[in-house]
Amino acid sequence: MKKFIKKFGIVFLSLTIAAALLAGCGAETAKTAEGADAADAAGAFRTLEEIKSSGTVNIGVFSDKSPFGYVDENGEYQGYDVYFANRIGEDLGVKINYVSTEAANRIEYLQTGKVDIILANFTVTPERAQEVDFALPYMNVALGVVSPESAPITSLDEIGADDQVIVISGTTAETYLEKNNPEIKLQKYDAYAEAKTAFENGNGVAWANDNTEVIAFAIENPGYVVGIPSLGSADTIAPAVAKGNATLLDWLNEEIRALGEENFFHADYEATLLDTYGKEYEDTLVVEGGGAEGAADTSAKQ
Amino acid sequence: MQSLGIDVLFKGTNFLRLLGGLWVALRISLISVAVSIVLGVGMGVLMTSRSRVLKAVFRIYLETVRIMPQMVLLFIVYFGTTRVFGWNLEAETSAVIVFSFWGTAEMGDLVRGALQSIPAIQWQSAQALGMEPAQVYSLVILPQTIRRLIPLSINLITRMVKTTSLVMMIGIVEVLKVAQQIIEANRRASPNAAFGVFGAVFLLYFLICWPVGRLAGYLEKRWS
Repeated sequence: MKKFIKKFGIVFLSLTIAAALLAGCGAETAKTAEGADAADAAGAFRTLEEIKSSGTVNIGVFSDKSPFGYVDENGEYQGYDVYFANRIGEDLGVKINYVSTEAANRIEYLQTGKVDIILANFTVTPERAQEVDFALPYMNVALGVVSPESAPITSLDEIGADDQVIVISGTTAETYLEKNNPEIKLQKYDAYAEAKTAFENGNGVAWANDNTEVIAFAIENPGYVVGIPSLGSADTIAPAVAKGNATLLDWLNEEIRALGEENFFHADYEATLLDTYGKEYEDTLVVEGGGAEGAADTSAKQ
Repeated sequence: MQSLGIDVLFKGTNFLRLLGGLWVALRISLISVAVSIVLGVGMGVLMTSRSRVLKAVFRIYLETVRIMPQMVLLFIVYFGTTRVFGWNLEAETSAVIVFSFWGTAEMGDLVRGALQSIPAIQWQSAQALGMEPAQVYSLVILPQTIRRLIPLSINLITRMVKTTSLVMMIGIVEVLKVAQQIIEANRRASPNAAFGVFGAVFLLYFLICWPVGRLAGYLEKRWS
């Protein structure tokens, strides 16, 4: 028995060592192939030149967040973010490798250099800006308030002392109203579906949520109107690159400014978001040419 | 039919994509299961040795695997190795490493348990008949061990197949992710698609795991 175990043990150990060696070699070749230049840079990112010479740009997008990033019935990536990503690939003159990301791993993907750009409905926040570098924004998000057409609420002042506003727990709408309008009575629900049913049953005078959500709701359900389409501090959505990847960041900013000249993001909206949000909210949601600095020219043009 | 969202399955290449996703999940689990069985048997045998060091090492390994959620292991292997060592492992390679790491530990413990469940009298009787230790092992102990192992390892294998749904977190588009993509892409056109699509995914998982269970039942009967 002992002998057998010894023999077996030796075979087993040598197998493990062989496997480890093989894995080691595999990793080594992978490193020389892709990561040689990344290793000497501070982070693990690829510079603009490296991306161009490799012929492929890795872009992280959502694959199940319609209409921003999703996969259509033919297996093609589509949506507002993807429309922009396609243009980036075209202007860089490289092929695009789409990587399906989740909300929870977007930063990780950039920090490990596994994608070059994240275009996944990424809201700019100060916390995130410490981890990654954001380029100029290409979309607005804010809060919105939807109410029945028969009793529209167009400003928070119209909400009476006894009226209740529906919110979903844990959303920015809840935090914002509690902080800035503590006098408004909130009716909180845990899930979207519950809040929706309660609102449709008239349990509250209005429903506050992300403006993209309430706008889509009002369009899908006739009889409701978004009285307040943009409430509170407007956040923006922007492409992100790894911290310190200056060449790529500069190129993206330049690209976004240049695209503003041709009203690219309005075309993007019309191609991808029009069905969900309608023509009416185009200017509320779209940021053209990087926002504030480009806003003047765009509004002049329109 | 329409309201159950089964129609979206047949839009464009949706169904083929779902099958493609299933193949990705299967490929990862099949390779991991094969590696786990080979290494797990070795580990199980070593775990029955009298060496305290060996026992301690395997105990720590097993407990680590049991405590760590597979998701954490995936993140460590896929993102962690890039951060620390600069390795650029493919997502699928990372998944196979994690699932083999997990499967080997669990399989090793199953083998150990099965080996120890063979009564000492079997050893002693075989030795009394004048068999060499290797003969005792291959002719008396192993056949009995394997029979006891089958139901346990089937449980492990089906669990591994189902847990592959986690690999979407490292960017691998497997069957469940394809399902979510299909549902989301049709959110407006058919809001109830979740029912039909997840139903189809359930069927696909069933079609994979059920034959494995049947095969195990057959083998158990045949070898008893």
